[in-house]
Amino acid sequence: MSETKPPVVALEALRFGWPGQPDLLDLDDLRIAAGERLFLEGPSGSGKSTLLNLLAGILVPRAGRLRVLGQDLANLRAGARDRFRADHVGFIFQQFNLVPYLGLVENVTLGCRFSPARRARLGDAAAQAREARRLVAALGLDVDALDRRPVTGLSVGQQQRVAAARALIGAPELVIADEPTSALDATARAAFVELLFAEVERAGSALVFVSHDPALAALFPRSLSLPALNRAAATEAA
Amino acid sequence: MLRLALKSLLNRRGTVLLTVFTIAISTALLVGVERLRGETRSSFASTLSGTDLIVGARAGTVQLLLYTVFRLGEPTANVSWETYRRIADSPMVAWTVPLSLGDSHRGYRVLGTSAEYFEHYRYGSRRQLEFSAGAPFDGVYEAVLGAEVARALSHRVGDELVVAHGIGRVSFAEHDDKPFRVVGILAATGTPVDRTVHVPLAGIEAIHLDWQSGTRMPGRAISAEEALQQDLTPRSITAFLVGMENRVQTFTLQRQVNEYRAEALSAILPGVALQQLWSLTGVAENALRIVAACVVVVGLLGMLTALLTTLNERRREMAILRSVGARPRTILGLMVLEATALAGAGLLLGLGLLYAILAALRELAATRFGLFLGMGPPSAPELLALAGILAGALLVGLVPALLAYRRSLSDGLTVRI
Repeated sequence: MSETKPPVVALEALRFGWPGQPDLLDLDDLRIAAGERLFLEGPSGSGKSTLLNLLAGILVPRAGRLRVLGQDLANLRAGARDRFRADHVGFIFQQFNLVPYLGLVENVTLGCRFSPARRARLGDAAAQAREARRLVAALGLDVDALDRRPVTGLSVGQQQRVAAARALIGAPELVIADEPTSALDATARAAFVELLFAEVERAGSALVFVSHDPALAALFPRSLSLPALNRAAATEAA
Repeated sequence: MLRLALKSLLNRRGTVLLTVFTIAISTALLVGVERLRGETRSSFASTLSGTDLIVGARAGTVQLLLYTVFRLGEPTANVSWETYRRIADSPMVAWTVPLSLGDSHRGYRVLGTSAEYFEHYRYGSRRQLEFSAGAPFDGVYEAVLGAEVARALSHRVGDELVVAHGIGRVSFAEHDDKPFRVVGILAATGTPVDRTVHVPLAGIEAIHLDWQSGTRMPGRAISAEEALQQDLTPRSITAFLVGMENRVQTFTLQRQVNEYRAEALSAILPGVALQQLWSLTGVAENALRIVAACVVVVGLLGMLTALLTTLNERRREMAILRSVGARPRTILGLMVLEATALAGAGLLLGLGLLYAILAALRELAATRFGLFLGMGPPSAPELLALAGILAGALLVGLVPALLAYRRSLSDGLTVRI
């Protein structure tokens, strides 16, 4: 089934560098199929955050092609790229993932706020809140008990699950997790990845999981090393 | 988006509340100064009302006004009684009130006048003088005190007071042989009337019978009772107030007085003269406004500080908003909205504060200073001040908003602090 859909991410001969500076990122070819789960190993300095900002449509490549869901992001204006990200990409960060002044459920439904497509998939505010609660519960949190407290009082592990729920709400085609488990201990780490897999599968989203921790690679069907892919980093190191 | 902004503010309610208070206080101050200025100006302009002309010996407009209405300064020359009578008897004139200055009582000016004073003198919106105790003078050695004189010197009806020659606070030449008895005390007016001791013209004449050019004539003492037997019609007065039969003729009489041949006289329109005098106080007035405006600037700077200090800790929040698809413009809007909400709340609270203060001080201001504080909606200059504060707040709010905007562009999704 996944063969019939266009790849979620397709990049060819992509190069990126800040104006007037040498390339930071030089990737020959990378394809991520629909629903695929990819582990991308990348220590800091390997161009990881640059790649994330490119996939998010916040940065635009210097050369080469970057298609997300068949859409060449470079052809979209900044506003349209923001909209595209809202509709099709969910993010989970390392930590401090939550907006401190919003409640737990509101933090999750924030994923719909800027996305007409996700709202259309879920329905009105009540339906969004229902789905948010379902997701948080599925990720192993007691919604009713926790929603009444400020989110800043949650443990890091709990915060990460809320963040995952926000990334997943409205079933975006691509979920990008940037070191989401680095603040968790080993058992919690594996448990979190398992829960994430289950919900990603349910939503039918592709998952790009970036981490510097190679131990997690074993959990993924496919894993890549960013330093190995990035020709710019290789030449710089040499 | 508004909910987002409000929730964000609510999350930081400590600093936000302080900021709102700062803005509220500076708003209350600026608008309060503006209101007070408006009220004092109108109350000043109506220090004397209902009088059509003030006539005195030839002098500058402001000078004549100063000693007749404000009882400040020295009259340079007098108007003869004959001239006064001639003008007073003109068919155009409805009433006159003679004024005679030159003596004092413990630093307060003594004004010799007639009983018409209490009938025709008007202040504010044509308010008549009212007695808080006693009645107008009737006998030669009777006095009516202004509210402040009575309060400051603790005089009551029935007390006796001695008039000093000249106008110094400390005087060595006192008319102690002819004391005056207090028969009436006026209610506060907020005008110089409050600081005046009123006595009959005949009383002024009586105490000066045995005086010549500022000193008592030795061996010619005349007792209070003997004085009563003499003709106490004054030879001259300082000035007089005129009420016209028909106000249209005011300018005709003014011209006649100014061209009067037998004596050099000036006739002035009190309203015009008061406006001229007020314009002299413009500097102080503006100084007050500048100070109030400075307080507003300090308040806005406080707001800027409060917004800027939180900016760094909010970088992650901005990155999260960006990750869920918020445009940099949205983040700019969010910050501006927050600043606007802050300023708006401060403005409303400030107005509330001001009206509360006005309501609390109203009674005191009216009885103590005769100043009527209006509780009406903000006037045009006050609205202008409010709009100025709001515009300033928006301008100040734009600084952190633009910083957040630029940062969210460069940070993207990855913030490293």
